[in-house]
Amino acid sequence: MTTLTIAAQDAGTMVGRELKHTLRFPLLLIGSILGPVVFLLLFVYILGGPIGGGLGTAARGEPYVDFLVPGILMMTVAAGSGTTAITVCTDMTGGIIDRFRTMPIARGAVLTGHVGGSVLRTLVTTTVVTEVALAVGFRPVASVADWFAVAGIVVAFAFALAWVSVALGLMAKTVAGANSASLPIQFLLPFLSSAFVPADSMPAGVRWFSEHQPFTPVVESMRALLTGAPLGNTAYLALAWCAGIALAGYLWARVAFRRGTR
Amino acid sequence: MGAMNAPTNNAVAANGLRKTYGDKVVLDGVDLSIGKGEVFALLGPNGAGKTTTVKILSTLIPADAGTASVMGYDVRGEAGAVRAAIGVTGQFSAVDDWLTGEENLLLMGRLLHVPAAERRARAAGLLDLFDLADAAARAPATYSGGMKRRLDIAMTLMGRPRLIFLDEPTAGLDPRSRHTTWQLIRELVADGVTILLTTQYLEEADQLADRIAVLDRGRIVAEGTPKELKQRVPGAHILLRFADAASLEAAAQALPEGARDDEELVLRVPNEGGISSLRDVLTRLGDGIAVEDLSIHTPDLDDVFFALTGDASPDLSPYPSKEQAR
Repeated sequence: MTTLTIAAQDAGTMVGRELKHTLRFPLLLIGSILGPVVFLLLFVYILGGPIGGGLGTAARGEPYVDFLVPGILMMTVAAGSGTTAITVCTDMTGGIIDRFRTMPIARGAVLTGHVGGSVLRTLVTTTVVTEVALAVGFRPVASVADWFAVAGIVVAFAFALAWVSVALGLMAKTVAGANSASLPIQFLLPFLSSAFVPADSMPAGVRWFSEHQPFTPVVESMRALLTGAPLGNTAYLALAWCAGIALAGYLWARVAFRRGTR
Repeated sequence: MGAMNAPTNNAVAANGLRKTYGDKVVLDGVDLSIGKGEVFALLGPNGAGKTTTVKILSTLIPADAGTASVMGYDVRGEAGAVRAAIGVTGQFSAVDDWLTGEENLLLMGRLLHVPAAERRARAAGLLDLFDLADAAARAPATYSGGMKRRLDIAMTLMGRPRLIFLDEPTAGLDPRSRHTTWQLIRELVADGVTILLTTQYLEEADQLADRIAVLDRGRIVAEGTPKELKQRVPGAHILLRFADAASLEAAAQALPEGARDDEELVLRVPNEGGISSLRDVLTRLGDGIAVEDLSIHTPDLDDVFFALTGDASPDLSPYPSKEQAR
């Protein structure tokens, strides 16, 4: 066996471990489904009327639910970062990590396992949330190819956020701290993007931030693909952001992981 | 031990290990040499540096200075080879609380690339051996402290390591679980595995170890077999107990070398020469002083421990003492 196949095998074992954890504790999934679903219902049934009416042409004439759901899907991906940070921190604060570190296994397999598990969990949560969205009136016009493109963006975004969440989990001293550290990803950045309202309806400063932060191209590209609006270069922008975030998160996680061995 | 000069024949050879955290010197030049098949105990109080030593030798953390080889491999340069040869049961439970007992063992087997069929067979064998078969399908969260520790050690054994580190293997266990764990360790020894265990329990070191190193404030202050260590410290004495203060007073005058305790009404007389010195003490006591009780004490590891690690007894010079019936 080459070093690479051993590394892949160990990472696969660790992903399997994460999947077992998730099956045993479905709460890890339910938590990141429930939050976005609550926001979906809140915005569709309670806030959606005034917001949709207020937006007028800013929502490009779509029913508000069609404008909203891509944002909710992005929020679902972001919600997974809390779970990831928590599971990583649980590993690091328990004794098991020292056991892994003294075993002849590929370095970093623990972390790749968490990232893989996180992406797979996100595929499940976004699928469930999409079904709920369809049930409350979401009517996408996407082709099969468009759906695959959306799934691709979801995976890329989930992968990028997973590495950042792994780093947050590694840095946190307590599980509660890990969750708190992921709150900006889960809530602040989605709200300060065009997930719920278009950026051009925001006050100048917030609008500038919203237009230039990574979550906006992610949600805009998914929205374009699902509602048939022109895609432009937003998908490339979104993927570029994902690549950058993934790399930064990976490097940060690597440093944080080594920090534990002094 | 003819192997002292040939590091490759030693399971562990460490030289001048140092480790500091900020201003705190945790290890201040530790030398260790452990032969293959030996059970070696690192004995010391909390904060002596036992866990740090284990962490360095098991490749968890680097030493600031010094060298160490484990099963012939350098812990820094050949960490992978070291890890393949060792098994570590740390001080804190290192089990996955979200998996069942059996899944924990299988996870270890998978990570160690044990073929599937053998993996299952080994896991089943260990569950039987460690009396965990009935609990195999349950999560360790439902286990008692002793069961959890047994699972922990079983996980360490999945890879059939040739050297096992046991960091405080019985810390926090009740007496029954402690004895079960001791029995397990003895069975491992019978298989020819080398064991480095750390403990703050003197009895544990005495029970299990071929050799003991006493670690105190980052330094090894004594090393030897349990018997050799006991011979290194004063502690053999005759304890005389009296019914009243007057008798104690009289005895203390007759035996001025004794240390008296007025509250307990006891006199502790150093006893260097077995029967003859006992006869001498009795003769000097005479018939007039009523002794309520007399007992003879030989030093145990407690005496060694306190003598070697306490501030009060810096004198470590060998002190002759004889083994006596207790």
